[in-house]
Formats: sequence, C-alpha cells, structure tokens
Amino acid sequence: MKHMRITTAHQSLTFSRRMMLLGGAQAVVGGVLVGRMGWLAIAQNEKYQLLSESNRVQLIPVPPRRGWIIDRNGKPIAINRASFRVDIIPQQLEKDRDIVPEVARLLALDEDDVERIRSELSESRGFRPVQVAENVAYEQYAAVTVRLPDLPGVQATRGYSRYYPDGPAVAHLVGYVGTANAKEYEAENKNPLLIIPGFKIGKQGLEKSLEPYLRGEPGGQRVEVTARGKLVKELEPKPDRSGRTVQLTIDQGLQQYAARRMGDESGALVAMDVTTGDMLAFVSMPAFDPNSFSEGIGRTEWRMLSENDHIPLLNKVTQGLYPSGSTIKPAMALAFLKQGIDPKRRVVCNGGYQIGNRYFRCDAVHGAMDMHSAIERSCNTYFWATGLITDPEQTTEMVNYLGYGEEFDLPIPAQRYGTMPSPKWLEKKYHRKWQGYDSANTSIGQGYVLINPLQLAVMPARLAGGKLIQPQLLMAKARKPIPELAVDPAHLDIIRAAMTSVVNDAGTAVASKLPLDGIKMAGKTGTAQVFRLGERGHQSNWALRDHALFIAFAPADKPRYAIGCIIEHGGFGASAAAPIVRDSMTYLFDQQKAWAALAPLEQQWGGSLAERNARQLATFKKASRPVSA
Amino acid sequence: MITSAIIPRPLARLPWRLIFLVTGIATFGLIVLYSAAGGSIRPWAMKQAIVFFGFLSIAVGMSWMKESTIKSITFPLYGATLVMLIGVEALGFVSKGAQRWLDLGPIRLQPSEFMKPAIVLTLARFYELVPAGEIRKWRAIWPAMALLGVPAFLILVQPDLGTCIMVVLCGITVMFLAGLPWWIFAAPAAAVAVAAPIAYQLMHGYQKKRIDTFLHPENDPLGAGYHIAQSKIAIGSGGLWGKGFLHGSQSHLDYLPEGHTDFVFATMAEEWGLVGGVILICAFAAVIRWGMRVSQNARTRFAQLAAAGLSATIFFYVSINLAMVMGLAPVVGVPLPLVSFGGSAVMTVMLCLGLLMALERQQRTVARLA
Repeated sequence: MKHMRITTAHQSLTFSRRMMLLGGAQAVVGGVLVGRMGWLAIAQNEKYQLLSESNRVQLIPVPPRRGWIIDRNGKPIAINRASFRVDIIPQQLEKDRDIVPEVARLLALDEDDVERIRSELSESRGFRPVQVAENVAYEQYAAVTVRLPDLPGVQATRGYSRYYPDGPAVAHLVGYVGTANAKEYEAENKNPLLIIPGFKIGKQGLEKSLEPYLRGEPGGQRVEVTARGKLVKELEPKPDRSGRTVQLTIDQGLQQYAARRMGDESGALVAMDVTTGDMLAFVSMPAFDPNSFSEGIGRTEWRMLSENDHIPLLNKVTQGLYPSGSTIKPAMALAFLKQGIDPKRRVVCNGGYQIGNRYFRCDAVHGAMDMHSAIERSCNTYFWATGLITDPEQTTEMVNYLGYGEEFDLPIPAQRYGTMPSPKWLEKKYHRKWQGYDSANTSIGQGYVLINPLQLAVMPARLAGGKLIQPQLLMAKARKPIPELAVDPAHLDIIRAAMTSVVNDAGTAVASKLPLDGIKMAGKTGTAQVFRLGERGHQSNWALRDHALFIAFAPADKPRYAIGCIIEHGGFGASAAAPIVRDSMTYLFDQQKAWAALAPLEQQWGGSLAERNARQLATFKKASRPVSA
Repeated sequence: MITSAIIPRPLARLPWRLIFLVTGIATFGLIVLYSAAGGSIRPWAMKQAIVFFGFLSIAVGMSWMKESTIKSITFPLYGATLVMLIGVEALGFVSKGAQRWLDLGPIRLQPSEFMKPAIVLTLARFYELVPAGEIRKWRAIWPAMALLGVPAFLILVQPDLGTCIMVVLCGITVMFLAGLPWWIFAAPAAAVAVAAPIAYQLMHGYQKKRIDTFLHPENDPLGAGYHIAQSKIAIGSGGLWGKGFLHGSQSHLDYLPEGHTDFVFATMAEEWGLVGGVILICAFAAVIRWGMRVSQNARTRFAQLAAAGLSATIFFYVSINLAMVMGLAPVVGVPLPLVSFGGSAVMTVMLCLGLLMALERQQRTVARLA
C-alpha cells in the first residue's frame, strides 16, 4: 500500500471515477441481458417454439384398423370384428372414490385383473386410457354403459378385434395376433402405438411376416394438455389409414374342407396349381384356434394344446419333417430314365433283395417288374436293384431338382427343408463312403431322406405340369415366367402314365379313384417307417405306426392341380392319406360331391371340427380342474 | 418536476418522472400477473396492486425525511435488523427448521429484506465518518467487513443464498465507491477465480450436480434443470412480438414453474416478446439511472454513497433475476422487483426509492437555498 496523502478533493475525484466505472459496468450487464434475450427470442426462436409446441400439444394415437387377409376369390380369412372394451381415463376419475371394485364386479373380473388395473392406474399419465377389459360380452358392456353417468372416468367403447372365420383350419397359415411384449416394443424404438390398450401385432405366420402391409398408419387425436397431464382442449385430429388387404392364393373353401376332412388325424396337406405354383391349401392339423390366441389364451387351453401328442402348436407344413417313403419313386424313376435306364428293363421281385450281407424285404412277391408296373405296384425290389446300377450323385441331383431339400421363398417364417442324401453329403456329414444299402434306402425314400409336406406337394406339381414352379402364397407378388423342366418330355409321360395306373389300374391306390366322370387322378402312395424295418403294418401303439403319405395330380391327362398329403402314424398311405387327397381333389372339381362325402364321416367322428374342439376343451377343463385348482 | 400554478406546491415537487416510471413498471407487472392467473385479477393481481400502492404511498411519505434524520436512524436500524436476524436464527434453531421471517401478529417480517437498504446506509454512514486520509488504512476496511460479514453470514445460514449475495454485492458496491484500494476487490475476485475449479473438484456429488445443472440444464430437463429449461423455452418461443396477451402456453399450461413469482419475466416475455422485455429492461435502467443521478448530484458524502448503494440494490435485484431467468446464473431465488408477485421485494424496493426520493428532495432544497 502506497502512503500518500488523500484529500477530500482527491476522494471526490475517486468517487466520480468509480461511479463512471459502476455505471459502465451496469450498462454492460444491461447490454448482456438484452443480448441474451435477443439470442433466445430471435436467433433460437425456432428451436424454442418447437419445444414449446411439443410441450403444449400431445398426440393420442388412434390405432389403425388391421388389413384383411382374403383368399383368391375374395373370401375372408382374417377380418376385424366389432368388439366391446372398457377403459378408465385416470384424469376423469373422482378423487377419494375408488371405482375399480365396482367396475370389476360389473365385468366379473378376477383379482389378478384388479391388481393389474391398479398398478397401471398408478403409473399412467392423466389422459391416456388404462384398459380394464377387452372383448367384453355385450350384456356386460351394456351393464357398464347404463351406469356410465355414475362412473366418472370409465369409458366403454366399441373397437375391433381380429377374427378368423375358419378358426383352426387357417391357424398355421395365418398365425395370430397379440399384444406387443416388452421386447417387440423395444425393437420398434418404443413406438407408442404398440402400447395403446387393445392394439395387436402379428405374432406368427402370415400375420407376422405381412405385418408391414397389414398394420396401416396410426392417426392421432391432437390435444392440448397441461404440465400435469390435464386435457385442455382437443385440436384437429390426424386421420388414420387402415392396413392394406392382402390376397392369398389360398382357396378358403378347399382350405376349410381339407382341414375338416382330416378328421382327428394329425397331418398336413398342401394343394397347388401346377401351372402357376399358387398354393390352394396349406393345412396343418390339428391346430389351435387363432381366435382364442388373439384374445390372449387361457392357461388351461394352452396346457391342453401343449400336452397333445398330435402337436397342434407345430406348423407341420413347413416345420414337420418326415421320410418320404415310396412317394419318392416317381422322382427316382425320372432320374433313372435320365441316366439311360430302359423303362422296359425288367427286374424280378422274389419278395426281397440281397445287398451285401443284408437282405431287404419287399412288401410282396411282385414277379417281373418294369418301370411302369414297379411304380404302379410300388415294388421296392425294382428300385433297389436299379438304384445300385445308377449313379447316386446324379439321382439325388434329379430328386433335388424336383423340390426335395429345397427352401422356398415364402412369407412363412421358419422353414425346415430336410435332407436328400448323396455320396458327397454323406462324406461331409458322417465321413463315410456311400454304400449299396444307402442307395437302396434312398431309392425308396427311407434312410436319411427327410422332407416337409410342402416339398411333398411341389414334387408331383413339377412332374405333372412339367414346369419348374415355385410355390406362391401372395396373389400380388410379381410373377416371373416359369421355366420348363429340363428333362425329356417323353420321360415325363412315362412317369405320369405310371402314376395314373397307381390310382386307376392295378395300383396301390385303386380304392381312391375320383368319383367323377372323365376326370382321372394320378398319384403315388407312400408308407414311411417310423419305428423299425420289418414290423410294418398295423400297430396298436399310435406313436409307433408308420406315416401315411400320398401325392397326386389331376386331371391325369391334362394336369391342373397337385396335392401332397401326410398323415402322421396313419398306417398305409393308400388307406389313410389317399382318401383325404381324393376328396380334396374332388372338391376342386365338384364341391357338392365333396361335401356329400364329408358329411357321413363327420357324423361318425362326432360333429364338425368346431364342435369336436369345443367338446375336447370342455373335457380337458373338467379333467384338469383338480390339478389347476 | 412539474411546475404549474394549478397543482399545489408539495405535490408538484414530487419526482413525478420516477413515480410514473415505477407505476408503469408495476402496472405492466399487474397485467402479467393477471395473465398468469389465466386472465383473472385473483389470486395475484389484485393483492399485488394493493401492496404496491400501499408501499408507494409510504415511499412518497418517506421523501419528506431529512438527511439528518436518515443518518440518525441508520445505526439503530442496522442494529435492530441484526437483532431480528439473530432472532430468526434462534427461532429456527428452536423449531428445528429453516426460518426466514418473524411472525409479529398480522405482519410477517423478513429481516433480511431490511438488511439490503440497512447495510447500504450503514456503510455510507461509516465511510462518511472515516476521514479522507484514513481511507486506505486497515482501520477503514475491517469494520466495514465486519458490518457486512456478520449479517451476510446470518442470512446465508438461514439459508437464503439469493438475499445473501444481494447484501454482499450492495455492501461491496458502497465500499468500492468509498474509494477503498483496488486490491481489496481484485484479490478476492482473483482468489475466487482460482479456487472455483479446485472447489468444484472437492465438492460432493450433489453439489457438483447443481453446478452442472446450471451449466447444462438441458441434460436434466425433468429434474433440477426443469425451471431453467422451461423458462428459456418460454422466453425463446416468445420471439420478437410475443405470443400475445393471454396466449402464453408455457405459463397457462403450467409448464413454467413459479411463473408469477421468480420467473414472472419469462411469463411476460412469452406473451410480449423481445419488445416487451426490452421495454421493461429500459424502464428499470431509467429508474436505476435516476438513482445514480441522485448520487452524482449529492452534496454530502453520505448522500453520495447511500444513493449509489440504494440504486445498486435495485440494479442487483433486476440483473440477478433476469440472468437467472435467462439461464445465465443459477437459480438462487431473487424476484423481479415490482413485477413478481410478493410483498417483500416491493417493500425493499420502495424503501430504497423512498430514501432516494428523500435524498433527491434534499438536493433540490439545498440547491434552492444556495
């Protein structure tokens, strides 16, 4: 500190100087404040205006109506049905009054539901509705509606729920819809649409894979809300756009017919148009009811389905794998022809064939067999013997070309495409050389051969039409020109003639001729061993019985349709699968005759599919009550 | 000053320019409060109008006080306020809770409010008593520091950070103008600048979080940063001309918290825009400038220092509040005088203005005599 004399005059000077400084500082602060305000209000005005608008306006999404799924003729497969639902709007609730028990009593809700409603109410934000119940019966809906004036905050509305008129018949084709789970909600970046009460998304089958087409665009009710979530006023709404209708190649009538015709059997049936590849039926039975799945299935019904040994939860068409059995023989024969085997060449069947140190037993003593009669009467000996003198690699190539082991481009999630063995495959997979008995097993569709029912139908379709068709499910899909099969047409004629004899002459399926004038069906039976060679035929234990298979096309002279069918543990192909194919094929030409054939059968089984399902559930519920209680 | 034959002299001698300015600001404030209540004079505008005109009359009444009277009550006023502050503290200690006011039957007294003009007057009086030659001596510094430090500490522990900062700034302003050596101000400022980052490192998590929230309110929009974020949205969305009277969505839909008290400026800016804000700031600037003029024209050292200090009080009120509302300062709870709803800020500002008017009248009378 410097020591100098400070006078009053000096002090006054200091004061004026410092006053100037203070005034200047104040002016600077004032300038900064005005500048800051200008920055916020002018330079960043747009940003803050946006933030202010997003504060003020909230969008309550209005779910779009889900698109329909219709069949090739426009008949409904999956539609929306008006349904009734009850919600609570938290902000409209009266304070100090608990209406939840009252509503629960009116709707007969159980304790679990009440607890869920309470926890959702405590977490909800004012104007967003909390679901009380959906698919409410009309009587209960009416009971709530008349009491609405006494129940402030409760909202009873009509909405839409998914409905499948054919129920289980289309279950594995279309799948079902359901409420989005937490994982699906995360996967869509927390799309607010998914958590609207009552909004459903596709969970399986076509409903899942066609979700982008079926969902539509949500609309929204724009509302002005306060910071506390209180609704101030409604602004102009944004309209929603319904999902698109998707047309399938499926023939709804045939689909339903085939599903019903299967009765209580467990199996799959695929019908195709051999000229286009359009799939007309895609049936896997027995099946769950997609209607009850879409509403949220009860625990008892779920247990019944998962405990059933006919596996109603499995889509057998694309995920069931079976040995093809003798249905592989037409393809084998075509492969033999291509490799120069003379169709007139005869093999004598003495009831079996010795390969190395093993003796393979045929179904019968067929005598001298050429290619035609070997297919017609399904003689294994012929195929064993011929398989040994041909190249297994080339044979497999041909069978693959006809569809075995192929994965098709279909909007069906998860296809299992099975196995068609070849020497190369065997070497790679099991590190061993191809043996004579491998040729033998493969040539009659046993051993490593595994196919799905879709491939089972594609093979006769390609043989019958002579075109390399690809199975199609969507009508709207752009079609490429279908190439002809790269085989000698004369060879195809030989195969077709033999398959015609299977059903119409002295073959294995003569009991399944079409009951129609002038239209013949060609086919091939198959019986695939499940248990052990040598114990064929009828078994009392259902699970050990052979699988019954049948492939067919018609009309035999001018092929139009092809069908592949497998009945699990059905026994002989000719007795279990062929009649189902025959009736389904009949349906395509004469619906009345087909229905007439089904009526007595359904009577014998004890009612239609829906009636039997309902009875089954009732029985199961009764039986399992002590367990679940 | 209006001079007319019709208007009686005592009335004509009032500083009408100031009274118009202050009434204008307060009226604008009432309009904003009317809008903040959703277009209603209840619950705020009506009450505020009564409080304002009540205190305005008191201020006008005070303008007849003599400078000597003011001087004579300065130390007793300071002493009484200090005792009340200790009383509040003791009461808070007894009732085990933070307390800022004394309940005196019908009136609630907030002694920390009185401390703002009291510290200014006290320090002005103190430096008037210090001979000119002593001003740079230690004797001239430590008593002032004690006079300022004790009440500031008492207010800080209430806790009322906003008022504490105000009191300290007002006191420092008077000390600065009194001519204390530069280093007294420069050294602590430098020390704070150096120590702040170190202190930040040593802080507890929640304390750090408060600072972070102030620096980046957007990172915590629903927590502690909510006030600042919403206030900035209100001001920013107002634009140049504002959304129009009664059309501020931020305040009307309750997104802006404290829209009628500390954040009333944001409520105003949303509806009146930058134009309204600049007009309001200019009006305040004019009031402060009027006070500074009083200081410059003062004949006595006490009047000089007191007038400057009282004007500074109003300045700090306004600037701290605006800086806080615009996100330039942390939220410390300083209202915007004459506009924010609440009596204590009006009272303090009116006390300051009353004293300023008294000092100004003195100048004119003295000038006339000379």
